[in-house]
Amino acid sequence: MHDFEAVIGVEVHAELETQSKMFCSCQVLDVTRAEPNTAVCPVCTGMPGVLPVVNRLAVEYALRVALALQCQVAPVSVFARKNYFYPDLPKGYQISQYEYPLARHGRLLILTTTGERAIGIRRVHLEEDTGKLTHVNQEGQTYSLVDLNRAGIPLLEIVTEPDLQTAEEVRAYAVALRSVLRYLGVNSGDMQKGVLRIEPNISVRRQGSQEFGTRVEIKNLNSFRALERSVAYEIQRQIETLQNGGRIIQETLGWDEGRGVTVTQRVKEQEDDYRYFPEPDLPPLTIEPVWIEQIRQGMPELPVAKYQRFQQQYGLGPYDAEVLTAEKEVADYFEQVLAAAPQASPKVVANWITGELFGLLNQAGQDIATVQISPQALGELIQLVVRAEINQNSAKLVLEEMFTSGEPAARIVVARNLTQISDPDQIADLVSQVLRDNPTQVEAYLGGKEPVLKWLFGRVMQAARGRANPQVIQGELERQLAEMKQG
Amino acid sequence: MSGLIDLSLVQAVQALRKGDISSRLLIEAYLERINQLDAKLHAFLAIAPEKALAQAEAADRRLQAWRRHPEEPLPALLGIPVAVKDVLCVAGMPCTCGSRILEEFYPPFHATVVERLLSAGAIILGKTNTDEFAMGSSTENSAYGVTHNPWDLERVPGGSSGGSAAAVAARLALVALGTDTGGSVRQPASFCGVTGIKPTYGRVSRYGLVAYGSSLDVVGVLGRDVQDVASVFSQIAGYDTKDATTLDLPVPGMNVGEQADLSGLRVGVPEEYFIPGMQAEVEEVVRQAIHMLEKLGAQLKPVSMPHTRYALPVYYIVAPAEASANLARYDGIRYGPRVPAQTLWGVFRQTRGQKFGPEVKRRIMLGTYALSAGYYEAYYGQAQKVRTLIKQDFDAAFKDVDVIAAPVAPTTAFKIGGHGDDPLSMYLEDVFTLPANLAGVPGLAFPVGFDQQGLPVGMQLMGPHFREELLFRTAFTYQRATEWHKNTPEMVA
Ligand SMILES: [Zn+2]
Repeated sequence: MHDFEAVIGVEVHAELETQSKMFCSCQVLDVTRAEPNTAVCPVCTGMPGVLPVVNRLAVEYALRVALALQCQVAPVSVFARKNYFYPDLPKGYQISQYEYPLARHGRLLILTTTGERAIGIRRVHLEEDTGKLTHVNQEGQTYSLVDLNRAGIPLLEIVTEPDLQTAEEVRAYAVALRSVLRYLGVNSGDMQKGVLRIEPNISVRRQGSQEFGTRVEIKNLNSFRALERSVAYEIQRQIETLQNGGRIIQETLGWDEGRGVTVTQRVKEQEDDYRYFPEPDLPPLTIEPVWIEQIRQGMPELPVAKYQRFQQQYGLGPYDAEVLTAEKEVADYFEQVLAAAPQASPKVVANWITGELFGLLNQAGQDIATVQISPQALGELIQLVVRAEINQNSAKLVLEEMFTSGEPAARIVVARNLTQISDPDQIADLVSQVLRDNPTQVEAYLGGKEPVLKWLFGRVMQAARGRANPQVIQGELERQLAEMKQG
Repeated sequence: MSGLIDLSLVQAVQALRKGDISSRLLIEAYLERINQLDAKLHAFLAIAPEKALAQAEAADRRLQAWRRHPEEPLPALLGIPVAVKDVLCVAGMPCTCGSRILEEFYPPFHATVVERLLSAGAIILGKTNTDEFAMGSSTENSAYGVTHNPWDLERVPGGSSGGSAAAVAARLALVALGTDTGGSVRQPASFCGVTGIKPTYGRVSRYGLVAYGSSLDVVGVLGRDVQDVASVFSQIAGYDTKDATTLDLPVPGMNVGEQADLSGLRVGVPEEYFIPGMQAEVEEVVRQAIHMLEKLGAQLKPVSMPHTRYALPVYYIVAPAEASANLARYDGIRYGPRVPAQTLWGVFRQTRGQKFGPEVKRRIMLGTYALSAGYYEAYYGQAQKVRTLIKQDFDAAFKDVDVIAAPVAPTTAFKIGGHGDDPLSMYLEDVFTLPANLAGVPGLAFPVGFDQQGLPVGMQLMGPHFREELLFRTAFTYQRATEWHKNTPEMVA
């Protein structure tokens, strides 16, 4: 099996979350929640006599993505009609782009366990989404319900070159692309709701071969996990099929999450003939260089650039940098905390966020966008630790309380009397008390059982109800024990 | 009563303002004409008498108020009766497109041209007959029966705007809207002896025009003379945010009366438009009319339009290709009648199979074929290239001349059923009108004489993009010097 390799391309459909639809002024709604057919008009229901008008904001969103993917934007692109007959397509054709897409020849950097790699982007084009069918089987009656709320929502198609080779890479590509889309504010990245649809196509061939094998397409994947597992499964299945003298047939597959297998949805006897031709109702789409420049100026720092900057500027390792920059909100949060805790090192701040805060968010099933703790508040808490006003253990307790109550750290520290005891005299008293109370252990330590020191440390901390400065305890313990040894 | 219908639009507007006539009486006169004569002509598919009368009364009240305050602005077409081809959406009225598949379809919105007519004060009498989805040159393809030519009831009025042309010629409407994809305003205007403009592609909004060949379809106007046509044109033309193919250019005022003669005007005469096989009298009458332009001061120049003969094959690839997509939406689900069947796909098949007529099916199949994988380059791709050559013919010609004069159709109105079951011979009817659609240039047809059977002969002037006013001025000068446009069929006298 080592002599086979997989050739994978990915086709992504991302809804552009503009106010209004691609070719009419109907609102773009969350179609998983809205009452069916409430955001429709003569244009998006394909009434006789209507005409499409391009939503300029959708073009701008698409250009943001094209620029983020380092594509060449076509000065003139052309809308085309893609003809096919289906009940979710009111006009009997989808307005898309074909021969002259909006942008081509881009790349996206992905991060995997084997390092960084650039994946080629073949094309990026604009089109309109279709409606949604719900198939009903009720009391022996079967019928389909059509909801056209989704019909006409702007859709961006992003197609890679067949550059990907493993399931891990496919996942990494999807993660990186989703991150870019979210950074640009054009798509929420919600795969469950279907606003981001990732469809890998996979073939395998003998290593070194120049020809492509027969490829299959996997659709309706609603999580990264499903994406990665289905690709891994499919690569394996194809290799085994070929090794056993079988043949791959060209088909569209779905993913059975429960059984962990791909299942046939539709076998393609031949390539579909969509009879594309230029959309006569829309003049060619001209993109003035000035517009591109404006958009370029307004582009946010993108995940990869931020990832690199976080390593250089803050001295963070690749893991921290990746985790912190995957979501723009997290990266922004990090930098704001850092600004509010000028005495803390970036690494310490990173640990507080990716360790403690993420832990609490996970438990609560929340994300950074809804957290009650402002970056300033977290920064103040970290400052208290850095300035040794409270110790690490207390600080964790304070964070938990901040998380549920939203109270500032200083108030919680006072209310719960958590101020750290750093006064050497006070700690010296506690230490001598503990040493006095535990002569057996002291004896053991002095006799050479070094680990007992830890136990004694714990006793002192306990006596201080967790509030004592650990460094001072340590120093005092060592000092008094040394004295006893000599004495 | 007969006095009222003799007024041209321009005269009626004046008379309404002066208070010599009322809009109510004017509308009643036309409704009366429709009542008397439409059983013979079948120009209308639907009429809206109550609504029209109510609008007329409102118009009269407004006119009365205006006469007390004549300094106030008044809508240009206030109280004027118009007819609208049944491929244009008028909210509250059916829009069948001459097809069973849209029987009893009531569009929920007005076409932009209808909206503009209404806000200019015009009153819509009804919807006029058309070949199904405007596919035809005789109205014989209407699913609701043929319209008869007012000059000879056994003959067709031309098409596809045959209902509008017949209504204007027989004075069942003062003016009418038509549409022109391959000659559908100009050819019926010629057959019925009226004046009709096919504007520049992009000059008039197509929003609410039920699409046939989207890159060719244009909304036009049919009227008794060029002034009437120009008056309505200037109301409906201009940029529309709902139609991305309209251009944001000013619509020039039609100061047609200012020019005394045609001196300085260079008129191109393309020999490619005078072909063997055309009716000899048509050629003769048109050549005389061209000579008349010369007598009026124009300078005649032969021009060469070598790709004219490819217009027909190019058109019959481009228009059906676009139609095959435009007509895919008629599935019996969201609007129009539905033929029940066991399965959803059965419903689609039965509805389309039973409710589309044969010419529509023929063009859907032609277009589907021309766009199919493996044939696209040879047909659609090639047609687009040749279309560019046809455009270049016009561009080259308009470097030397201001307008081009040519016949509208190779024959006068033919007998109903005259082309029998031969669609190809019918397609040849459009051979002189198709090039203007393919090039997107404006064309104006107007009557310039009669053949020996007393049937009207039309001539067309074609001009550069967005230069409709040149055509209007030239035709106006011609009509001021001649009487052809004043002839009426017997049923008017
Ligand atoms: Zn809509």
